[in-house]
Amino acid sequence: MRIRLRNSWLAVLLAASTSAIAADVTLLNVSYDPTRELYRDVNAAFAAQWKQQSGDTLTIRQSHGGSGKQARSVIDGLQADVVTLALSYDIDGLHENGNLVPADWQKRLPDNSAPYTSTIVFLVRKGNPKQLKDWNDLVRDGVGVITPNPKTSGGARWNYLAAWAYARRTLGSDDAARDFVTKLYRNVPVLDTGARGATTTFVERGQGDVLLAWENEALLAVREIGKDRFEIVVPSLSILAEPPVSVVDKVVDKRGTRAVAESYLRFLYTPQGQELAAKHHYRPRDRSVAEKYAADFPALTLVTVDEAFGGWHRAHQTHFADGASFDRIYVPGR
Amino acid sequence: MRIFRRQALPGFGLTLGLVLSYLTLIVLLPLAALVLKSASIGPHEFWAAATSPRALAAYRVTFGSAALAGLVNLVFGTLLAWVLVRYRFPGRGFIDALVDLPFALPTAVAGITLTALYAGNGPLGRWIEAAGYKVAYTPNGIVVALVFVSLPFIVRSVQPVLESLEADVEEAAATLGAGRLTILAKVILPALWPAILAGFALAFARSIGEYGSVIFIAGNMPMVSEIAPLLIVAKLDQRDYAGAAAIAVVILAVSFAVLLAINLVQLWLVRRRSAKAVR
Repeated sequence: MRIRLRNSWLAVLLAASTSAIAADVTLLNVSYDPTRELYRDVNAAFAAQWKQQSGDTLTIRQSHGGSGKQARSVIDGLQADVVTLALSYDIDGLHENGNLVPADWQKRLPDNSAPYTSTIVFLVRKGNPKQLKDWNDLVRDGVGVITPNPKTSGGARWNYLAAWAYARRTLGSDDAARDFVTKLYRNVPVLDTGARGATTTFVERGQGDVLLAWENEALLAVREIGKDRFEIVVPSLSILAEPPVSVVDKVVDKRGTRAVAESYLRFLYTPQGQELAAKHHYRPRDRSVAEKYAADFPALTLVTVDEAFGGWHRAHQTHFADGASFDRIYVPGR
Repeated sequence: MRIFRRQALPGFGLTLGLVLSYLTLIVLLPLAALVLKSASIGPHEFWAAATSPRALAAYRVTFGSAALAGLVNLVFGTLLAWVLVRYRFPGRGFIDALVDLPFALPTAVAGITLTALYAGNGPLGRWIEAAGYKVAYTPNGIVVALVFVSLPFIVRSVQPVLESLEADVEEAAATLGAGRLTILAKVILPALWPAILAGFALAFARSIGEYGSVIFIAGNMPMVSEIAPLLIVAKLDQRDYAGAAAIAVVILAVSFAVLLAINLVQLWLVRRRSAKAVR
């Protein structure tokens, strides 16, 4: 009895002393669908480093979902300290709705605030039975293409724009590109709402002949599910996907977490952070890390949304807004 | 003519007041907010959002498959209730408990499971597709998912009425020389119709709002297998709150009209029956 009493006093004392020296800090990182595994590792590594640096115990919670949906949650009041989303259009939305970040948020960190990049590749079944080598093979009759709905999935917008960019370059005009993309979507039997859902439809349900996927998702699928079932086909041209990151100013200023949130994002640019990104199949920005992992990331022609589509706002208006080019695939003449 | 009777709860005024405030808070306030949101755009934009070809197609898919699923359950749910009430057999309690499972299961789990079953490489889908049909990723899949989630409503509406239906009425009919079909048509079904209709209305309403299970199995092709709730979610993702509210208001209005119509029919059935009984 006495021993137990003494122990509990000790515990109280211990708890009091640690809380006096070091604080418990929490951060919420609101991210998009396929970054779960990446940020699990990044969070552990950064929390350890932060503990050493400041003595504070840092807990980073992460939330994942479709990029647009996640942005909407933050706009509607989810207290995210940082957002790490699929496209800058969604973070722009945080500025336009409620001024949660400043207009020039993307200039605050190097490389358009995108510490890692990715691109869109094809995942096909083993042996590539339909011989799909490049985008023009996807519009052939009898080819099933699996890609999510660009209205609800950030990843699917990259897919759509990659196909469009390829078609415009090889066929020469936006009109021809429209026909090409329309034909491509005629080959899509299922429109999932998110990237993970599309991967499941292709991998588990056996639908379609090719999955348009983030390079990191495709590499993950091949590594996890096995090289004997799937292989990756890299098209001649694709899009440079730059998933951006930002602190949410309104939230960090209210919660007093700006310093730790900013170092968290800068950590992504350090060699250690870049190494983790590469390990999780994101293309690192850092030259030396990129060289080390060069075998994983084949070279191909990459176009950016800025140079090919005049930025995300123009791209959204022309392609994804109500009645824009994507809608006209299904409801012509509107 | 007013009848005064002692009630267990005191005060008509007090209870009615409580009920009205409760309903206002829980039901009317959110609905009013929804209508208000949809009114934040002009009537032209509202009309355009609510009646675009894609929205019209989505209403067709949503209301059509909800009605179809309700009809399927109207037949099989009633039969299930009949078997559960009228027969005693081993495992009856187990089956009775099974009926409520679709209530308890998260609908996303139901959707994923059904898709795995009915996809072309699934244990059921393999045979169905070999026979030349497709369920998963077509409008048929939507009906399958809705039949699953709305089954309990009809069974649980019909069951208590059937239990209180005395078998001696049927026996009396039999002694008067009525055959099985006559007894079913003239004795049993008239007593059950109000409950069956109430169950159908609940199942139908549930199906209209169903999202979680359907999106996995539907294929979600615009104009073909895109349900109205998905269109709402897509609009929300585009941060088009007013457009989403416009579609929601249309669904709300149609649902309300359908439920009201079913309730009126039900009332008429009950009245007609009691009038006959008096005669």
